[in-house]
Amino acid sequence: MNPSPLSIHRWTPLSVASVAAVVGAQLLLVAVPLVFGANVVERLTTLCIYGILALMWNSLAGYGGLISVGQQAFFGLGAYAAIRLADAGFPVYPALALGALLVAVAALPMAQAMLRLKGGEFAIGMWVVAEFVHLLVNLDPLIQGETGTSLIALNSFDAEARRSYTYWAALASMAALAWGMFFLLRGRLGTAAQAIRDNEEAAASVGVRVFAAKRTLFLLSAFGCALAGALWVATTISFQPKTYFSVQWSAYMIFMVLVGGIGTFEGPILGAVLFFAVETAFGATGVWYMIGLGATALLFAMLLPQGLWGAIEKRFGLRLLPVGYFLK
Amino acid sequence: MPELLSAAGVGLRFGALTVLDGVDFAVGEGEAVGIVGPNGAGKTSLLNVLAGAYRPTVGAVRYGGGEVSRLDAAERCRLGLGRSHQVPRPFLGMSVIENLMTAATHGGGFSGAEAQVRSLDALALSGMTPLANRRAETLGLLDRKRLELARALATAPQVLLLDEIGGGLTDGEAAELVSIIREIRARGVAIVWIEHIVHMLLQVIDRLVCMDAGRVIANGEPRAVLADAGVIDAYMGVA
Ligand SMILES: Nc1ncnc2c1ncn2[C@@H]1O[C@H](COP(=O)(O)OP(=O)(O)OP(=O)(O)O)[C@@H](O)[C@H]1O
Ligand SMILES: [Mg+2]
Repeated sequence: MNPSPLSIHRWTPLSVASVAAVVGAQLLLVAVPLVFGANVVERLTTLCIYGILALMWNSLAGYGGLISVGQQAFFGLGAYAAIRLADAGFPVYPALALGALLVAVAALPMAQAMLRLKGGEFAIGMWVVAEFVHLLVNLDPLIQGETGTSLIALNSFDAEARRSYTYWAALASMAALAWGMFFLLRGRLGTAAQAIRDNEEAAASVGVRVFAAKRTLFLLSAFGCALAGALWVATTISFQPKTYFSVQWSAYMIFMVLVGGIGTFEGPILGAVLFFAVETAFGATGVWYMIGLGATALLFAMLLPQGLWGAIEKRFGLRLLPVGYFLK
Repeated sequence: MPELLSAAGVGLRFGALTVLDGVDFAVGEGEAVGIVGPNGAGKTSLLNVLAGAYRPTVGAVRYGGGEVSRLDAAERCRLGLGRSHQVPRPFLGMSVIENLMTAATHGGGFSGAEAQVRSLDALALSGMTPLANRRAETLGLLDRKRLELARALATAPQVLLLDEIGGGLTDGEAAELVSIIREIRARGVAIVWIEHIVHMLLQVIDRLVCMDAGRVIANGEPRAVLADAGVIDAYMGVA
């Protein structure tokens, strides 16, 4: 049926090499706690969590066209679920993952309701959801309102062991989510999501089950953000609802994805590294820091809407972690 | 010829505006039907009702012996209804070949190598092979229309619903499009083709339907329909 000698490909030698390099780098990162001190381990734990958040926001917005400013709902709920499970006597590290899973289950009815909203309504609606969830969590006597509580179960580990375990948990989570997402986006979900992002009616007209695909992305993103929140509480131990349910988390995600390159697989990873570098250099300088971040994201949106990686990809035709197809 | 896709007693209203009014329409297995009619006659709306993009206010749509009125556009596509859009709706962020792979995997239900074979076939048949790796956003209007055709083909349709894909072509391009559609037909695909350029239609269709003001005003042998007094009136009315 196909008279032409051309065929469809996904991999180039460069992309095979990149995947090998990424796997290699991840394996090397496993050894970090054995070689480096407390500060490096803690900073890299933070980087892994930022990486997860960027990946999750990008899979929702960059691939599914679902722009949310309420992903902190899941971030906060993930931390809360971990605290609740640990309080109920569940072993604390497995509780991080199980809690995230429970949050994804709770996200199902949210998806049914929120995904009926379009564009800006969805974006703002998710923020409202986050505020609402925040209020609900505050009602739990265990949390003591804005006073908050701690993941005290972690005190059973000595500081160094805890630091290493949390780091490994964050690294494993990031790697699993990134490869899982890579695998899913290379499959049916990837083409469905991109089609929906580009034109929802046309997507339906070629057989894409629009609602189901959006729901899958929504639940995956809820799971990933919840896992990030659970890991965050494992690093900081203290849980104050105000910090976890803050819209700043969405701002961070948007920054990382817009600067790195929305809708590319590699971009958000680059964005997370850049954000991490900026934060390390200028972090904790208060309001000016936030203004700087906002201004940078805005400049990127206006001047380089495809982000750094998007620009590189376009200029050099690079595909390091390919989710698409090409003819050769 | 056994009936494959039909609309029976279809009415469609948007608020006070009646867009379709008691429309009966059918296409048989492997048949090619043309639809003409003045602007605003309701041709695209009928196609949208057939494809599941619009829910009719009254009436039913049947396909392959069963009622499909309750199925949405995605499910109907999976059953074998492929369509193009009058105003092209490409997946702008994807390349041409990725547009086709999307159609083949979802609408066509193919996976792996089979999806690739289908996509390559649709690509070659629609003459888009040189554009395979171009992002759809870089395509001009004519190529976007071609992509509409190729993408519908990649879903492996049994009925292909085409909406004004022949406008703005040179004589050579028009002849090429006619031969592409004849080839699709020769493979046993039924065709419903809305087109203002009648001489292209006449090279492909078995039967012609003329619509005006939301109704079917003529239906039959193409040349007889074109000679029909009511049809001539409908066109004169807008001229
Ligand atoms: N979604 C909609 N909402 C409101 N009115 C609509 C909608 N879709 C179509 N119409 C109206 O229905 C009427 C028929 O439109 P339709 O697009 O079906 O005509 P057409 O025969 O395809 O015309 P053309 O030859 O210009 O493409 C028009 O008056 C149009 O404005
Ligand atoms: Mg029309």
